[in-house]
Amino acid sequence: MRDLPVIKVDGVLELEHAVVDGVDISGHWNRMFSQRAIGAYPTEAMDWVTGLAGGESMRDCYQCGKCVPVCPVNHVGDYGPRKLNVKVLRGNNLLDDPDLWLCTTCGNCYRVCPKEVNPLRIMPAIREQAVLQGKVPDELVDVFQKLQRTGNPQGESPRKRADWIAEAGVPVPLISEVGRPVEVLWYVSDYTSYHPRGKDAARAMARVLTALGVDFAILGNEERSDGDSARLAGESGLFEMLAEQNIKAFNKYQFKQLVVMDPHAFNAFKNEYPRLGWQGEVLHYTQFLAPLVDRLQFQSRVEVDVTYHDPCYLGRNNGEFDAPRRLLGAIPGVRLAEMPHNKKNGYCCGGGGGGMWLDGFVADHVTERLSERRVREAVATVGMDGAGVLSVACPYEPSRFEDAVKSTGNDGRLVVRDIIELLDQAMQPASA
Amino acid sequence: MDLVVLLKLVPDLAEELEIAADGRDLVRDWLSYLTSEWDEYALEEALQLKGASGATVTCLALDTGSVDELLATCLARGADRVVKVGAFERAPDSHTAARAFAVALKEIPADLILTGVQAIDDLDGQVAPLLAAALGLPHVSVVTHIALAGDGRTATVNQEYAGGLVAEFEVDLPAVLGVQTSREAPRYAPVSRVRQLMKTTEYGTAAVSVEADGGLVVEAMSIPEVTGGAEMIDGTVEQIAERVATLIRERGIGQGGSR
Repeated sequence: MRDLPVIKVDGVLELEHAVVDGVDISGHWNRMFSQRAIGAYPTEAMDWVTGLAGGESMRDCYQCGKCVPVCPVNHVGDYGPRKLNVKVLRGNNLLDDPDLWLCTTCGNCYRVCPKEVNPLRIMPAIREQAVLQGKVPDELVDVFQKLQRTGNPQGESPRKRADWIAEAGVPVPLISEVGRPVEVLWYVSDYTSYHPRGKDAARAMARVLTALGVDFAILGNEERSDGDSARLAGESGLFEMLAEQNIKAFNKYQFKQLVVMDPHAFNAFKNEYPRLGWQGEVLHYTQFLAPLVDRLQFQSRVEVDVTYHDPCYLGRNNGEFDAPRRLLGAIPGVRLAEMPHNKKNGYCCGGGGGGMWLDGFVADHVTERLSERRVREAVATVGMDGAGVLSVACPYEPSRFEDAVKSTGNDGRLVVRDIIELLDQAMQPASA
Repeated sequence: MDLVVLLKLVPDLAEELEIAADGRDLVRDWLSYLTSEWDEYALEEALQLKGASGATVTCLALDTGSVDELLATCLARGADRVVKVGAFERAPDSHTAARAFAVALKEIPADLILTGVQAIDDLDGQVAPLLAAALGLPHVSVVTHIALAGDGRTATVNQEYAGGLVAEFEVDLPAVLGVQTSREAPRYAPVSRVRQLMKTTEYGTAAVSVEADGGLVVEAMSIPEVTGGAEMIDGTVEQIAERVATLIRERGIGQGGSR
């Protein structure tokens, strides 16, 4: 609590000599303060936060503390949603406080909050002010600049966005070349397009869609990052710029459904793009495939113990818990076991709200990564005898969790697979 | 105190470069552009000086038809004025650029002119010295740590030499500096502010007309040929690790300081 004003109290009560039940609590051990009136606190910081669009609910906190045990970051450090309110109440506007960047906007505190204090709106609002004042961690600035220049957080060439299709083994049509309306526009997303492990999921998805005979196409190099994590990290202008580019591409072509790989993109297209002028049916790929589950032609059994990590922006924040589980349940051989933190109480991987790009910064303020904590939970659930599978449905996860499997010394006990990879595996003939 | 910064765009190397059919230029259809890294250092130094002394910062770019975002970004970072210079179909060579800036600066007050010491697409470091010669001003290049004297009549700058030596120069103002790096990383320009400024900014203009002449002419471009010297290590992880370990042993690296 640096540079916080000291709130004067009327009196300090302290007994020079006191022994209670044989324990000597003389002097400062028994010190008590007289009551302080709420009006004694400075209101500038709270007025400032609640004056921001999105910051209004900060004042509603009444310190019940229900948020504390469900906050994933609280498990690994001193951070806690309730503490943010106290800091603001005591005059800290959070602009120079590392806590501003620790919230992953996972939404678990908002779920339990009786007063509906909403960090999904508060955090971007304050962070936006920090961005405008240049008070942004360097590693986040680096990613903002890459998103601005290239439309993806890796800073890779936008021309290479569809390079992965060369190794898909099936044709992946570009909508610009199809020349007619399609049923499904598949928004591939950043990590699925560029990250080596993400591309595995992209190729699996291409094979599954093809096997199902889905009339689909992708945007190729007209696709840009959905921008949602940049928005939640406070770069609203960057989000709007990327959204405008995507909306321009969406409006150029005719399609019935938008199917996305990334829950962050799902959240953006469903909940944020409408106010920017695009509205349409958008489905996460698990939601698109779940109703088609009876048409999936499985050719081999996948005999593994599997647990499933609910992505915050598919599960808790958008209410989809069943579709991924239906798909997993349909795969011959898969034995699904739930982790203690599941569904609405799913534990955040640490990648949301900009956390994906703040690894070094966050590491200075936590005892372990959220992804490491989650991996331990997965190992305890499915990895205690033989190798279990941590299944995921978000392109942020494979790299995060695979790193965490290694860093927690659980190599050989747990593998990380996107659900689409498991589906694809079961739809191939059993390997000899 | 009037500080002037000269900036330009260079190809963004996120894209792989391709050489045009005539062998003298890049294929530019797919290229995207970003502000030259060294020009960003020059701007950051100017903004640092502004912060310390209350100087004004004016940014100039040759008008190639696509510098609005560059100049709006300068304003978003804290510059006071921006000016588009001349009208060019594409970025001219450094000699032509220096002449154009020299003409424009006859009308624009400048106590100190800063620009990047070089750019990835010229590497000749000529803009600052040619401009200084054209304006009859002193010039120092490859400078860092720029400081203005209290009376505003001189500046001190550093040049870093081999072996960790640093020379400090005092230069009479007005002067032209070729900036090597800035004391702080160039500050971030929030996209929302840049976008807002792009809608509202009134860009100053300086009409200049210069002949393209005197610069270097590119005769041919080529991708460097891959030759020997690098050993590509193939095999399993264990085999690769073994080979790397062998190489490290053979080179005597990491063995108690022996060389």
